[in-house]
Amino acid sequence: MTNLQLNTEGKLKHFLTIDGLSKEILTEILDTAESFSSMSEQRVKKVPLLRGKTIVNLFFENSTRTRTTFELAATRLSADVLSMNIATSATSKGESLLDTIRNLEAMHVDMFVVRHAISGAGHFIAQNTAPHISVINAGDGQHAHPTQAMLDMFTIRQHKHDFKQLKVAIIGDILHSRVARSQIQALNTLGTKEVRVIAPKTLLPSHVESMGVTAFNSMEEGLEGVDVIIMLRLQKERMTSALLPNEREYFNCFGLSEKRLKLAKSNVIVMHPGPINRGVEIESCIADGPHSVILQQVSNGLAVRMAIMALTLQSYGEA
Amino acid sequence: MNKILITNGHIIDPANNTDQSGTIYIADGKILASQEQKPDFTADITIDASNKVVCPGFIDLSVRLRDPGQSYKGTILSETTAAASAGVTSLCLPPDTRPVIDTQAVTELIADKSEKANYTQVYPIGALTNQLAGAELSSMFALKQAGCIAVSNATAPLASLLVLRRAMEYASSHDLLIMIHPVTPSLSNNGCAHEGAFATRYGLPGIPEASESIAVAQCLELAELTGCRLHFSQVSSRRSIIKIQQAKKYGLKVTADVAIHQLHLTEDDIEPFNSSFHVLPPFRTNKDKKSLRESLANGTIDIICSDHQPHDLDAKLGAFPETEPGISSLETLLPLTLRLVQDNAITLSQGIAALTLNPATTLGIESGTLTPGRPADICIFDPSLSWTVNPENWRSAGCNTPFWGQTFKGRVTHTLQTGKVIYSL
Amino acid sequence: MTNTPLEIPALLSKLETEIKSVILSRNLTNPVMIGIHSGGAWIAEQLHQRLNIQEPLGLMDISFYRDDFSQIGINPKVKPSHLPSHMEGRDIILIDDVFYTGRTVRAALNEIFDYGRPNQVVLGVLIERDGRQVPLQPDCTGCSITLPLGQRIKLTGPMPLGIHIQSFTTEKTAA
Repeated sequence: MTNLQLNTEGKLKHFLTIDGLSKEILTEILDTAESFSSMSEQRVKKVPLLRGKTIVNLFFENSTRTRTTFELAATRLSADVLSMNIATSATSKGESLLDTIRNLEAMHVDMFVVRHAISGAGHFIAQNTAPHISVINAGDGQHAHPTQAMLDMFTIRQHKHDFKQLKVAIIGDILHSRVARSQIQALNTLGTKEVRVIAPKTLLPSHVESMGVTAFNSMEEGLEGVDVIIMLRLQKERMTSALLPNEREYFNCFGLSEKRLKLAKSNVIVMHPGPINRGVEIESCIADGPHSVILQQVSNGLAVRMAIMALTLQSYGEA
Repeated sequence: MNKILITNGHIIDPANNTDQSGTIYIADGKILASQEQKPDFTADITIDASNKVVCPGFIDLSVRLRDPGQSYKGTILSETTAAASAGVTSLCLPPDTRPVIDTQAVTELIADKSEKANYTQVYPIGALTNQLAGAELSSMFALKQAGCIAVSNATAPLASLLVLRRAMEYASSHDLLIMIHPVTPSLSNNGCAHEGAFATRYGLPGIPEASESIAVAQCLELAELTGCRLHFSQVSSRRSIIKIQQAKKYGLKVTADVAIHQLHLTEDDIEPFNSSFHVLPPFRTNKDKKSLRESLANGTIDIICSDHQPHDLDAKLGAFPETEPGISSLETLLPLTLRLVQDNAITLSQGIAALTLNPATTLGIESGTLTPGRPADICIFDPSLSWTVNPENWRSAGCNTPFWGQTFKGRVTHTLQTGKVIYSL
Repeated sequence: MTNTPLEIPALLSKLETEIKSVILSRNLTNPVMIGIHSGGAWIAEQLHQRLNIQEPLGLMDISFYRDDFSQIGINPKVKPSHLPSHMEGRDIILIDDVFYTGRTVRAALNEIFDYGRPNQVVLGVLIERDGRQVPLQPDCTGCSITLPLGQRIKLTGPMPLGIHIQSFTTEKTAA
């Protein structure tokens, strides 16, 4: 997989998953995002870096937030943007995916930003697209959401600086979460001291420790002394598929309350990829409180995605 | 009919405990002699099998010919040609053709097509339920009369355990073997990979071992209740093996086969998102692989099959979970079995028995042995011949195999079916 | 065109003199001085003091406006530009350390014009050398020199400022 994401010079060509990327590459993304982050405060928020490039947002799964962030990121880099919302077809999914790509390639595009409900969709597209095109994974099934993980790492670095000292807890539906998988991989690659996951057994994937985490089924044990808390969103479908009884019980066992927050370090930061289910994962007062960096995550998302787009579209040694 | 002489070969015939060099005499489509010399025999064809192994032709319990109904994946002609080149002289065709093998007419159609393809020993497996829908019993007696050798519901689920019980009772009243793919659909829950470290890392919906072992346990209980002859198709996990071993010790009439690729690949070997590795049952853990190999050696698993499933390109083109599972595996059956012998997992005799004598015994057919009087179904192979899996050497219409491009040792040089040479290298 | 050793104080003085002269001859009113990272910024700091310019010193990093993104990619450590809030109608003194191919100045001009339409832009550089690739030239210089093939000139700093002539094997970055 490392080979698929990197070009012959070992530079990032596709951004599909954190899995297999080195610490150096992740750090390069964070540093580049740093350069872009001050742009939002400038009067002129655009740079001509990707002028003449066409970026296509291919969203097979609905998402307004992520899609608009990618659109804005592309626009700020002066690229042309095409956004496509495609309902997942019920028939021959593989064929329509490939056909869609081929049709767009015929319009001379440079990049696909893809969000899809099936794990591995990003890889499939990257393997089957024209050689000059870069693919960014905006989330594929339960597999990966690497741009989200990078903006989370950026936010953590902003506040905590040194990953080697940190205890990070990720709380919620790890089983179904592509965000969690990418975050765990990023945290480990960046040398985080300890990565914990906290969830009921029904929401923990099999052999989760093999990903380099310690698993907890209790908030009281898992939150002890952590520096960073990452809350995941609980989807309503989990109740109907017999994974959880109801939201009330979930909140009682795994909700982030003021009381539980005190178990963490006094300068703990609280993160959430959004959108938040207030009163289910997290108490409102914490989401809006002094420990919360949730809004900063959103603004960091723009700079990080700009960095990833710019890094993957630069091509070395081109004739 | 042709008189054929096979000389100087290393004869391995597990049925008669033969493992030595010798000569085989064939006449009228039958084996005349294999141990004694016949100096007055004038052969029409002589095959010099020096440095080669001569054994009964392989009997493959699961070969999907994709015909009738899915000719874009394969045909009776293309896949029996592949079978012949792989040393397979008898094969069982699962009922999930299109239309399904639930009528006499379809069974006869298959016989017709096989004859036209000059490959005679295609044994159709009849559907257990109509249309494989899992609700109503099929006309098993009529299917047996028409030539079905066993009944199965392929990979389609049954409506309930009650239906399974009744199907078992009905099949056994006609002395039909029931072949079961042990799967509990609600536990498999549309998974596409073994529920373990690999599936977790790559976010793939997982299939727990328990899905298979629970189905095995249920079937074993019902087999005891109904007294039917039961065969498990393509077992993959250690927990299933434990139950089958217990059942056999207890005296139950149960047999089991394993797909040859499960004896070699595990979840650790899967190239991420490479659909060539998408199979059902999924590649499991090293522990399971070790258990499968041991149970072949100790007889808990009796039979190796290819689980041949040729596919068209589109079937494997897509995000991993959306691709169709299955490997085109006839032509790697022999070399992969020889690799097991190389790995000291089993002896060559055991390997050949698993491909010949044992399936013959389970199916109740005469082939699978070189005993005089039996049909001359013979495979001659060169165990040291190297060859590469590439378009020149491949006969099947499906190129979907994770072994594509790899080099193997061991290749069939001649295949005889009822005394006719149906393949020579 | 000169063989005399290059000394910073002398170069600064000459540049200062020329800029003073241009301010008068071209009627620069309340000009804004902008230095290009990183060498231009160091020079601009000096000149800003010497010329007693009232408007705060502006700084710009032209990395995102370079024309060679496709060849050499992105520089991960780009500093944010600090430019005055209003550029419309202003007189601008743009300062860089070395003028070589002219591409840096082209990028700087693009960035400036993105912020608004200036009244006029005057370009001052410490050292002008041969090798121009676009039709631009400085208005004020500390000196003009020719370098042998395969050599480039670099300013180091900020304390102390120094000039180094180095050999390089590949033609890459343009000053």
